[in-house]
Amino acid sequence: MKNFSFLAILFSALSLVACNKKNADTIVIGNYGSLTGTEATFGLSTRDGVQLAIDDFNAAGGLNGKKLELKVYDNQGKPEEARLSVEKLINVDRAIALIGEVASTRSLAAAPVAQQYKVPMISPSSTNPEVTKKGDFIFRTCFIDPFQGQVMAKFAINTLKLKKAAILRDNKSDYSMGLADYFTKTLLENGGTIVADEKYASGDSDFKAQLTSLKQKKPDFIFIPGYYTEVGLIARQARELGLKQPLLGGDGWDSPKLAEIGGDSLKDSYFSNHYTAEDPRPEVQEFITKYKAKYNAVPDGLAAAGYDSAQVLLAAMKVAKTLDGADLRAAIAATKDHKGVTGLITINEQRDAVKSAVVLKVDGANFKFIESVNP
Amino acid sequence: MIEFIQHTINGLALGSIYALVALGYTMVFGVLQLINFAHGDFFMIGAFAGFYFIRVAGAAQNPGILTTMMVMLAAMMGSAVIGLLVERFAYRPLRKAPRINILITAIGVSLFLEYGGQLIFGASPQFFPTILPKYALDLPGGLVLDSTQIIIFIVAVILMAILQFLVFKTQFGRSMRAISHSLETSSLIGINVNKVIMITFIISSSLAGAAGVMYGIAYPKVDPLMGLLPGLKAFVAAVLGGIGNITGALIGAAILGLSETYVAGYISSTYRDALAFFILIIVLLVRPSGILGRKRIEKV
Repeated sequence: MKNFSFLAILFSALSLVACNKKNADTIVIGNYGSLTGTEATFGLSTRDGVQLAIDDFNAAGGLNGKKLELKVYDNQGKPEEARLSVEKLINVDRAIALIGEVASTRSLAAAPVAQQYKVPMISPSSTNPEVTKKGDFIFRTCFIDPFQGQVMAKFAINTLKLKKAAILRDNKSDYSMGLADYFTKTLLENGGTIVADEKYASGDSDFKAQLTSLKQKKPDFIFIPGYYTEVGLIARQARELGLKQPLLGGDGWDSPKLAEIGGDSLKDSYFSNHYTAEDPRPEVQEFITKYKAKYNAVPDGLAAAGYDSAQVLLAAMKVAKTLDGADLRAAIAATKDHKGVTGLITINEQRDAVKSAVVLKVDGANFKFIESVNP
Repeated sequence: MIEFIQHTINGLALGSIYALVALGYTMVFGVLQLINFAHGDFFMIGAFAGFYFIRVAGAAQNPGILTTMMVMLAAMMGSAVIGLLVERFAYRPLRKAPRINILITAIGVSLFLEYGGQLIFGASPQFFPTILPKYALDLPGGLVLDSTQIIIFIVAVILMAILQFLVFKTQFGRSMRAISHSLETSSLIGINVNKVIMITFIISSSLAGAAGVMYGIAYPKVDPLMGLLPGLKAFVAAVLGGIGNITGALIGAAILGLSETYVAGYISSTYRDALAFFILIIVLLVRPSGILGRKRIEKV
């Protein structure tokens, strides 16, 4: 027993030394995301965008001479892993702030942990409104689904002049379910109709049964508020079944993998997104140049959103009185007119950003800018 | 009515993939009374063998029937090799051990292949390139027959015909059926039991490999855990038809593929995966030996 307590003291002393040493020269920022799995490009792009912002910051001298370190954990696309990653980032790595997640389901799973420990968390691209309602330490630097759903519904009715919608939604995803509901609401208000509302579960590969049922209802277009892997497979099978209608969706479509999976089937498809690489604003083009130089690829919307969320956090760290949770939180909440790649970011009372959205058309492996919609 | 026919076509295409996997379950069970839980993973190995063969041979550049056959052959060889290794090193040492040991080993092998697969192939899904040009046949009434579905169906039928011939018309088949009756007696009358079991594993795992490629062609997404659900469903199909019975496996797979598609089309896709297990429970309660299964009379 005596031995045991001696060992315990020794270990805790050692770990204290280790922690202190770490805290002395670096500040840890945590990022958790899906680096593997069916939504892998979400996590990878976000990580790359965040890393770019942090490298720039360190190159410019860091924070009062201290360097920042980005610690990233893979949650394999599982909500329970997202929760564990956040526990680990806060308690083991002593992260002062968190960036993540992309998928709303996983942000919703992890947010209560960040709130409990009073560590500010900024989601770069979770659009479900519930995410920031988890507590006053939870922020986001993107628009929310009531707006995104409205954008696509109005786009269908006003620009494409299509009224009869069929919906195919993912009932395992908070994002998909929410976005489909908001889309439905605006569409009905603007004189559209929903002729079919079918469901699938993320991870499925066979969608022919649902698509066959949709087809009988003769919709003008199909709204698929899902993530890119399933969207690509759905597009293929829709065309195989002879459905030639345009396909519409949300920011979950944004991935370099979308075209690889869907191929030609995504012709005549549109989705709403956070940013377009065609935007001529200098901050956008500068970001694209830097990103290309580092990663040799054109950044997708999630990389841009990740970069912006990191920029907002870094700007807040500079003005915050201390790096304690409460002070940092107050500084993030005061963010106003931050010139981001994805637009002007102002954090509102609900800790959400109010921003414009763009509608893109899938054109081979590229996404062509169609229109921009302001809130 | 058109919708119903379309669902039936989709269901049969799905069912023929299940059938190829279910046949493997049934054959191994027939010979060894072993439920080979790793069988769904042979299906995954086949899909990946095909996937890497396409990559290395650049088969996506000239798609066609011939290319598809070569890819399928490569996949069948890939999963046959894994099947052989599993039989030799995991199952054969346990052949004399109590049944439960080998059953647990099968679960272990399955997990080993799934997570080893994640290590080697990566955990993110990969996309199966198009190796078979697709044509949609427009039938009257808006019915669409997809060339892939037809080819999957035809390939499945051909492979099953070959299997029927092997089992019922050849010397090997006779030995196999003898072993299924009694392993000890067969070895007494001079059947090379090890050899026959090895060949059984080669056949069953290469059928799973072929199914893997067909799955990759139809639903172009392959990942290391892809064998899990189709494997379980094919197992249910085999039990439904009467495990150990080849025709039964076909009937079971067709019923499963069809009912799954009808449920997803008419009720809700939420219940799609639950359905297979619901069927399993009903079969086990009402007719444990399956539709065509025979009751085993225990000799005392």
